[in-house]
Amino acid sequence: MQRTSDQASDIKRWGAGALVFAALAVVGGMSNAYVISLLTIVLLFTFMGQSWNLMLGIGGQLSIGHALFVGIGAYAVAILNIKYGVTPWIGLLLGAVIAGFVGAVLAWLSFRFEVRGIYFALLTIAAAEFARIMFGGWDYVGGMQGLFYQAPSSAIDLGMLRGDARFYYFVALALAAIGVAGTELISRSYWGYVWRAMRDDDEAARALGVRTFRHKVLVVSISAATAAIGGGVLGLVQGAIFPDSIMGMAISVDVLIGPVVGGLGTAFGPLVGSMAAIPLHHAMGALGDALGLPGLNSVAYGAVLILVVWFLPDGIWPSIVRLYGAIQLPARGPIPQLRKVEE
Amino acid sequence: MTALLEVKNLTRAFVGLVAVNDVSFSLQAGRITALIGPNGAGKTTCFNLVAGALRPTAGQVLFEGRSLEREPPEAVCRMGIARTFQIVRPMKDMSVLENAMVGAFSWTTNVKEARDKAYESLDNVGLAGKANARTDQLTLPDRKMLEMAKALSTRPKLLLLDEVMAGLRPTEAAGVVGVLHRLAEGGLTILLVEHVMRIVMEVASTVVVLHHGAKIAEGKPSEVVADPAVLESYLGAGFHA
Repeated sequence: MQRTSDQASDIKRWGAGALVFAALAVVGGMSNAYVISLLTIVLLFTFMGQSWNLMLGIGGQLSIGHALFVGIGAYAVAILNIKYGVTPWIGLLLGAVIAGFVGAVLAWLSFRFEVRGIYFALLTIAAAEFARIMFGGWDYVGGMQGLFYQAPSSAIDLGMLRGDARFYYFVALALAAIGVAGTELISRSYWGYVWRAMRDDDEAARALGVRTFRHKVLVVSISAATAAIGGGVLGLVQGAIFPDSIMGMAISVDVLIGPVVGGLGTAFGPLVGSMAAIPLHHAMGALGDALGLPGLNSVAYGAVLILVVWFLPDGIWPSIVRLYGAIQLPARGPIPQLRKVEE
Repeated sequence: MTALLEVKNLTRAFVGLVAVNDVSFSLQAGRITALIGPNGAGKTTCFNLVAGALRPTAGQVLFEGRSLEREPPEAVCRMGIARTFQIVRPMKDMSVLENAMVGAFSWTTNVKEARDKAYESLDNVGLAGKANARTDQLTLPDRKMLEMAKALSTRPKLLLLDEVMAGLRPTEAAGVVGVLHRLAEGGLTILLVEHVMRIVMEVASTVVVLHHGAKIAEGKPSEVVADPAVLESYLGAGFHA
């Protein structure tokens, strides 16, 4: 009986997801260039938010330096494509492999020497800043002047992953859909169960036979690899990459704002959160420019974060779900590290 | 009679305190053994040494002839020893069923298999009807039962129970006793650390008594409670029945 209701809620959940993405596809067909380019960024950060969400929301490991992985992905694609004319598909793959490896090494060293929780998060910031400064001083990759893609022709070239704004919108939409579906699938897989167990209680999970050390390294590595794929596409969309913009703290914050605002550990949270936070960020940026108040966008980010943490500590999405009680959440949970501090 | 677990000259010293001092005992397969003693006797330390949560200063723990005192807790679990925690520790953002599934992933990566095993474990402790509940909706006795179900999902040969009866009312404790008897009849070996003497008398076939970290008695419950050394440890010198 319980299993039948599981199946019914499965169908509901996947149906709802398919509807949302179908609607977004229609939006992409109809909207003007500004909306398209804004939504492309939202969807890319939905995907990268999912990668971050996988690590903290499901695996329980906090990163505030995801810009490191985003940047590795962006540079891998850009270097291969701009300098050697290699298709971005190869660059995305290579970027994911390198970022996955860097993530695994970082996690291995860190957890091996018992650097955990907030201290691990600090280490991720340090690693990202180290990479940003290193790339800034590295002439081969353009240093601070960065790397520029050739202006995309209007023709769509799937093999070289080049095209107009609408093309990138659909690429980003596909990535976001993969991110949401992937989170849902992983959350209910073997990995999802053991990761959520170690997120909720590391020691109790170990007592139940979960080899938490290797699973922590694994979740960081997978999160890093997927973030790199998002970064590679982000670089293509922006047409140029600079260490300060693609590996800066701002990227790390943009990556985590979606899941935190939308709902950590949920499949839809990062989408909802990115939809809410990133357009606001842009609008406030424009308003700030118009009023001669630079930094208004950051103030808006801060305000949204405070309001959400204060009024909807689980994020927007779980609150909607609880309100309607329609869809069961795969994995609910506020930020584990922060929660421990509160207790 | 074969010993499933052998504890040999186990010693654990903390700074300035020998919590467990040269303790030896063995667990017979399919039996329920109780580890008792007054507060601070070293029961929980001894328990944690067997579970791999602590490393001994000296001595050995042999499980099916294999030495496990240098193994981490997850390896000890995978060898066939499951434990519960004295303070219940449900994974609070996972459902009751999902909690019970985690242990099954120590021997399978198949989600359906894990779910089936979890239903079986929950059924064993009488929680099957609450599979879809959130853990914070459970009463304390149910949470204790969930701890057992989680451990049972790992398919243990030996189950270590740390004060499962603590905080339970007599009727609730009687329910746990029934479950323990059923599990032992099914061939499971159980070691329980327990405070409530009446319950120990009911369930255990062998009792090991610790006092100030040392073993002072071992035997059938009826023999042990008549032992003057045991009475003295619990009630103080000068008490004679």
